[in-house]
Amino acid sequence: MAKRKSGELHGFSERTSDIVLVVICAIFLFLVAYPLFYVLVASISNPYDVYAGKTFLFPSGFTLDGYKAVFADSSILTGYINSIKYTVIGTVFSVTMLYLTAYPLSIQELPGRKFFSLFFIFTMYFGGGLVPTYLIVKQTGLINNMWALFLPGGVAVGNMIIVRNFFQNSIPKELIEAAEIDGASKFRIFLQVVIPLSMSMMAVMVVFSMVAYWNDWFTALIYLTGPEKAPLPLVLRNILIRSSASAAQASTISGGYAELNKLTEMIKFSSIIVAAAPMLIIYPFVQKYFEKGMMAGAVKG
Amino acid sequence: MSKKQAAKAVAAAKPKSGKPLKQRIIENWQLYAMLAVPFVLTLIYKYQPMYGIQIAFRDFVASRGYWGSEWVGLQWFQRFFKAPTFWRMIKNTVLLSLFSLLWSFPIPIVLALMINQLRFQKFKRVTQTVLYAPHFISTMVVCGMIRIFLSPSGGLINLIAGTNIDFMTQANAFRTIYIASGIWQDAGWGIIVYMATLSNIDTSHYEAAKIDGASMFQRILYIDIPELMPTIVLMLIMAAGGLMNVGFEKVYLLQTDLNKATSDTIAVYVYQQGIERAQYSYSTAIGLFNTVINIILLIIVNKITKTLSEDVSFV
Repeated sequence: MAKRKSGELHGFSERTSDIVLVVICAIFLFLVAYPLFYVLVASISNPYDVYAGKTFLFPSGFTLDGYKAVFADSSILTGYINSIKYTVIGTVFSVTMLYLTAYPLSIQELPGRKFFSLFFIFTMYFGGGLVPTYLIVKQTGLINNMWALFLPGGVAVGNMIIVRNFFQNSIPKELIEAAEIDGASKFRIFLQVVIPLSMSMMAVMVVFSMVAYWNDWFTALIYLTGPEKAPLPLVLRNILIRSSASAAQASTISGGYAELNKLTEMIKFSSIIVAAAPMLIIYPFVQKYFEKGMMAGAVKG
Repeated sequence: MSKKQAAKAVAAAKPKSGKPLKQRIIENWQLYAMLAVPFVLTLIYKYQPMYGIQIAFRDFVASRGYWGSEWVGLQWFQRFFKAPTFWRMIKNTVLLSLFSLLWSFPIPIVLALMINQLRFQKFKRVTQTVLYAPHFISTMVVCGMIRIFLSPSGGLINLIAGTNIDFMTQANAFRTIYIASGIWQDAGWGIIVYMATLSNIDTSHYEAAKIDGASMFQRILYIDIPELMPTIVLMLIMAAGGLMNVGFEKVYLLQTDLNKATSDTIAVYVYQQGIERAQYSYSTAIGLFNTVINIILLIIVNKITKTLSEDVSFV
């Protein structure tokens, strides 16, 4: 009682401010979630009903034709397979590079540690730019080669710093020293002590890296010139940005231009869901790790 | 004696810096071996392009190489400064990032302060999870959604407003579209760093404030905001340093022939000249110009903050 009374002295009671807060947060929640919800509803509705504004909350004229058309389109399917391939290989590669760099740089006694740190961190602030990088990629023969997506990225320095700080702050030095006394080599300590102790950090980096590769299209636009190598977002550019239906889609339609137009609209909604779903399903599983990881990594620079 | 204690004792007995440098390097050879691949990759794909920047001052012809191509001094820079769209691009780049910063910077702070005060843990978790979601979606998909929602026929916005405006062709709508969608996509993600700071606040402060009769608003004002201030300053510096770094991807995907008056930016020009038209030297010069301005901004901002506060260190 006393608590409530004192709160009232300043206008709002605790209860009222709690309610106001929940309402405001709910409004934000709605603003963020609704566009995605609307796309989901529209993707399983009749496109004419979507046009007419009948699908604000519930699907109307339920149909899965949009999804059928998406998976019948060979270019989307190829894009999907390519994206999965690039995401898996790219993530393994990136996280390996990240760990190989972050661990040595976390060892205070390593001679030359300062030089190596600067060597990597400098690239965060200064770079050759688009064309000089493009020319080097071309020189090294990576045009239209999948590795053009991974190698030029090298080490993700921002993430590397987070991991390095995590090693410095969260892995007990005594443990490493004890292993050294037992005669373990530096590399073995890294594999058998450090990595098992940093699995939560690794989960975060794996997800960050997966998201980056799954969503990337610009690198592919520049370096992967062959349409058979295009990842999903690049394939979707034709549908979402240029609004053009592929020849494969057109040939499956018998109803003429209006029908084709209708299908193109449906494919837009369903392809958005198909492209966004994998990452939206994965990230909540590691959410608590990246929240903690940001803290551990941000504590000391 | 436990293993841990033993390790400590031995570690204390072992003189660390007593060994000669050569021996310490040999002892650590495996660590250097780990660094080898990332080092070489960075050398090739990050440092070699820096060396290649010299083509901004040459008339680069691929068959002649860097050194064989003729030195032309500042010719490409002059051409850029005289380009008919030069001032438009500078203006659009600066305004787009300045307005983005003004609108998108405060929102994550306000959101974090509010979410931090939520007492229903389940609702708090759900709110955070949902707010993070758009960050995990590709720019391509987000731009696709923007185009669908703003479509003059059957687009969500026009349906709600009962109009049929083609927003994508309106130059004066471009900045609003760019900034609003940017907030939608990244404001939620931006709260993480603030939430991390707020979670370090000792809850006994809140209890004491409650007993003294402080309202929720007063607790935010007198406990949370002062605690958050160093983080806010740090984030502001980082944002200000990248002021000329307008994201290429979204502008490129949202640009139409009719909104170029506000959507023409340096990054898009660099891409069009360099990759689409293969004007290697010209494009490199423009990119270099942009990078130099960025570095100057970074240095200025860094100097200002150093004089402003002692405990916030940057870089």
